Amino acid sequence: MTVSAVSARQVHKQYAGERGVLALDGITIDIPAGQFVSILGPSGCGKSTFLRCVAGLEDITSGELQVNGKPVSGPPDGIGMVFQRDALLEWRTIRRNLLLPIEFAKKSPAQYQGKVDQLLDLTGLRDFAQSYPRELSGGMRQRAAICRALVDDPGLLLMDEPFGALDAFTRDQMNFELQRIWSEIRNTVLFVTHGISEAVFLGDIVMVLSPRPGRLVEVIQVDLPRPRPLSVRETPEFGKIVSHIRSLFDNMDLGTEKGAGK
Amino acid sequence: MKMSHLKTGAAGTFSLIVVLVLWEIVCRMFAIRPIMLPLPSAILAELGAEAGWYFEQSLYTLFTTLAGFLIAVVAGVLIAVALVGSRLFERFLYPLIIGFNSVPKVALAPLFVVWMGTGAEPKIAIAFLIAVFAVIVDTVHGLRSVPSDIIDLGRVLKGSSWDFFFKVKLPCALPSVVAGMKVAMSLALVGAIVGEFVSSQKGLGYIIMSAQGTFDTVRVFAALFILAFMGVVLYGLLAWVERRATPWRPVHDD
Repeated sequence: MTVSAVSARQVHKQYAGERGVLALDGITIDIPAGQFVSILGPSGCGKSTFLRCVAGLEDITSGELQVNGKPVSGPPDGIGMVFQRDALLEWRTIRRNLLLPIEFAKKSPAQYQGKVDQLLDLTGLRDFAQSYPRELSGGMRQRAAICRALVDDPGLLLMDEPFGALDAFTRDQMNFELQRIWSEIRNTVLFVTHGISEAVFLGDIVMVLSPRPGRLVEVIQVDLPRPRPLSVRETPEFGKIVSHIRSLFDNMDLGTEKGAGK
Repeated sequence: MKMSHLKTGAAGTFSLIVVLVLWEIVCRMFAIRPIMLPLPSAILAELGAEAGWYFEQSLYTLFTTLAGFLIAVVAGVLIAVALVGSRLFERFLYPLIIGFNSVPKVALAPLFVVWMGTGAEPKIAIAFLIAVFAVIVDTVHGLRSVPSDIIDLGRVLKGSSWDFFFKVKLPCALPSVVAGMKVAMSLALVGAIVGEFVSSQKGLGYIIMSAQGTFDTVRVFAALFILAFMGVVLYGLLAWVERRATPWRPVHDD
């Protein structure tokens, strides 16, 4: 049997303190390598917490969490991460931003120039290699951040609401772009979002989480053929999955967050 | 960008000339005694007549100012790095520094003369002491303001703490460090002059004190003119350093 890219067994996460919030409650899932996994849930459901635990940025309270068969303690090797705000370094040109992971890994930047060019071509940023981040639009900056996360060929790409700060049009475009980029790379992706349509459009698998405490409500396989055009969202098959997920949220007690899951 | 700087410079020079001309007119119209307020033309004539001597004195003050400033920058950044890097340092040293900063440093000037004599050393020490806190405070602020996303990025990339400090944290803090340096430069000049006030046979502060003693107001103003000029040039120098050191930032005139 092959090793899962990510394997979680009864993962609990409780924050310290007297009124320590139970952020994750018994998350159990095996994610096979090469799958695009959307982690979907309303605000406060612990989806980002789960991602941060996988990234080794936070410790789990109990349970087992493995990446590539090794228990997570601290950030695992071979992961790339994309943050909600692009986290580009303003004082570096786009090219030098992309080379940061290479420098940190003590590899030779010279050997990765070709890789950088390839990623910039793939994302249409070739003409901006020598620009500073502030010269780029929000969508372009986030594309550059994705390139940076991909430059060292991570087997696992973690994306924490990467398009959350973008406007709706840019977001649609970025969804399409991301699918195109990923279809060339085919690594494992964990993609955190609170957009149902985005989660279904991008994912092979959608993990639906409920809020407070964060529980895994259902794991949904999305068997829509790829590449998916944006218009796939108007098909009955797509609509069926979306309305099923919506019904899951309708049955959740979202408390004050009612409606946040749309 | 270049153009706007030239324009600002030209406009500033124009205003300066207008002020000097008005000053001249007012002095002559109301026949103000030169001992109270000398004519600008007389001040400029004084500067021209003894240019070499004034130049020598200015160099001395400039030297003590820059020496104090440079030591303040190096020490200030190192202290700030230690404070941010170590809990222990922060807990024990920071309250001490804050407390020490609230002592008027000018009041310490006579002590330095007792400790270090009447040479350049006490002036440099006072310039340093007045300037160093601005560097410490702004550098600490800069080092602490690294966004959490970027700290997470550094952790995920698993670089050495050396790499993280020099490639991420320090550049992040650089704009704050330079802002602190700007303040420190003006303060170092104050420190150097105060040092010369207390005890000196040299420098612009000495000129002001000795000329004041003989009611030679023209000479006091001559020294003040040089000081004003020096302050503007030093500030401009740092603004230039700022643009060179942080080319990614939009140009901001202040």
